[in-house]
Amino acid sequence: MRRLNYILKRLLQMLPVLLVVTIMTFLMIHLIPGDPARIMAGEKARPDAVEAMRVKLGLNKPLWEQYGIYLKNLLTLDLGTSMKFSRPVVEMIRERLPVTVALTLFSTFLGLLFALPLGYLAGIQKDRMADHAIRISTLIAIAMPSFWVGLLLMILFSVNHRWLPAGGWDNTNLFTEFKCLILPAFTQSLMTAAILIRDMRNSVVDIIRQDYVDFAKSKGLSAGAVRRRHIIRNSMVSTVTLLSMRMAALLGGSVIIETVFALPGIGKLTYDAISARDYTVVQSVVFLFALLVLVVTLLTDILYSFLDPRVEF
Amino acid sequence: MKRYHPADETRARKHRLPAWAVTPTFILGVVIVVIALILAIFPAQIAPYDPTEVVITARTKAPSPEHLFGTDNYGRDIFSRVVWGTRIDLSIGFFGVLIPLIVGSIIGLLAAWYGGWLDSLLMRISEIMMAFPFTILVIAIITILGTGTINLFIALWLVGWMSYARLVRAEVLTLKNSEFIEAARVAGFSNARILLRHVLPNVISSSIVFAASDMVMCMLTGASMSFLGLGVQPPTPEWGAILNEGRTYITYASWMTFFPGLVLAITGVGLSLLGDSLTDILRRKGR
Repeated sequence: MRRLNYILKRLLQMLPVLLVVTIMTFLMIHLIPGDPARIMAGEKARPDAVEAMRVKLGLNKPLWEQYGIYLKNLLTLDLGTSMKFSRPVVEMIRERLPVTVALTLFSTFLGLLFALPLGYLAGIQKDRMADHAIRISTLIAIAMPSFWVGLLLMILFSVNHRWLPAGGWDNTNLFTEFKCLILPAFTQSLMTAAILIRDMRNSVVDIIRQDYVDFAKSKGLSAGAVRRRHIIRNSMVSTVTLLSMRMAALLGGSVIIETVFALPGIGKLTYDAISARDYTVVQSVVFLFALLVLVVTLLTDILYSFLDPRVEF
Repeated sequence: MKRYHPADETRARKHRLPAWAVTPTFILGVVIVVIALILAIFPAQIAPYDPTEVVITARTKAPSPEHLFGTDNYGRDIFSRVVWGTRIDLSIGFFGVLIPLIVGSIIGLLAAWYGGWLDSLLMRISEIMMAFPFTILVIAIITILGTGTINLFIALWLVGWMSYARLVRAEVLTLKNSEFIEAARVAGFSNARILLRHVLPNVISSSIVFAASDMVMCMLTGASMSFLGLGVQPPTPEWGAILNEGRTYITYASWMTFFPGLVLAITGVGLSLLGDSLTDILRRKGR
């Protein structure tokens, strides 16, 4: 019950942030130099078409009234119509969101899969060979541009050997979809894994020196139990915080990865919309990304309250 | 002639790096960064060809002694383009971090010291900015301003200052009530003097440590934006932009994408190694 209250409280705290985010995405269109109606109608539009667009978008009304309409539309999930694709933006997002969510979750999963054992190993083996090798690998993983890694993997696995699809999206069944996500998710997971490994290593180094670990050992707990209950669980606390920040970065990085691998997700949509100067779509996806980050932050806070009993509700 | 003075020697020794700091990784980092700096300062002397000269007869040639990294679809020498690109990518990393480091630190310092509305404003702004993924924020700003090198810098500056402001703010808040600051206040020093002489030197090292790793991130973001066609515009040689041009030819001219990315990764590793060593040095000196 107290946890439920806590979640509700966090939800309420998010509202003002969300409101300012809507103001910012609303103003985005107005901050672009030039007449918004002309931008939306296109460079070559005739004057009467521009005027028609102005009336259609309500740009002839005062700014605060326009914002009110924008907010009302957001609440009723009406994100307008795409200028370029002449389709409702909500429909386009609904089609593409699952791809991006699947990609982000898959990348996060892979990142954790690499990070937990390697970070633990590096921490336990501090200043020994394994630690140095892992440290250098993480440095390299962080410095490699994701779009380059993606293209190299594509050359290796799709062009030279035809093991995996060279980008694109095959939605015949779950297995083909999974195959399309392997390379992009692996590419994205590298930097996440590297950052988590470094954090995990430092936490483990700190924690194995703590008195409670010595105590747990001396009271006769098995090495496995000490590792699970005391070392790994405690080093997970800071890793989870970092993970939520990484998930925001992964969502942003989807613009690059989905463009490289031609995956029809929100990231690719962002890229296409910017290239086509389709500002209704750009505005909506920027808002959507902020919304996703806020959701991830909220989920992290909830997860945190399970992991660390000291968190106050 | 300069007369010998024992103090000169101790001063010189003080500025020399201690033996433990000179590790193999530190040396490797220095070597990579020095080479990158030489490429960035003297591209005209090092690049064998004009980076933008189109040679129709030499299109998509594989790497050879003549063209170390091969040629692109316009017959331009990729090695020369990569060499000239060093200047742009290093400046994105360096200036993309320098301005936020200075401006962000000042904002964080003032916000924590004076508190009140300035501090709440900073925290509210950072909360809003944290709600957007970093890349999306940069992309949104570039969408508003338009594409191009200058706008890429402006976007990086507008987004980058916040981390430094938060870092410095947190450090100043813990330092604010310490005894030596109290002593300086009791001694009647002006706010400006306390901030510049006593607070700043004690809080800046964590910002500098962060800046070292931030430089790699900044360079990668700049290259990513140019790769997406939002940053540095072709034909200007920038590593991400060169990679983007090579993407179309990936199946039969993979050197167009391989080499610029490799150089970008090596430079990033060099900067990270140097940054890591710097972190160690500052941490040990701080003790």
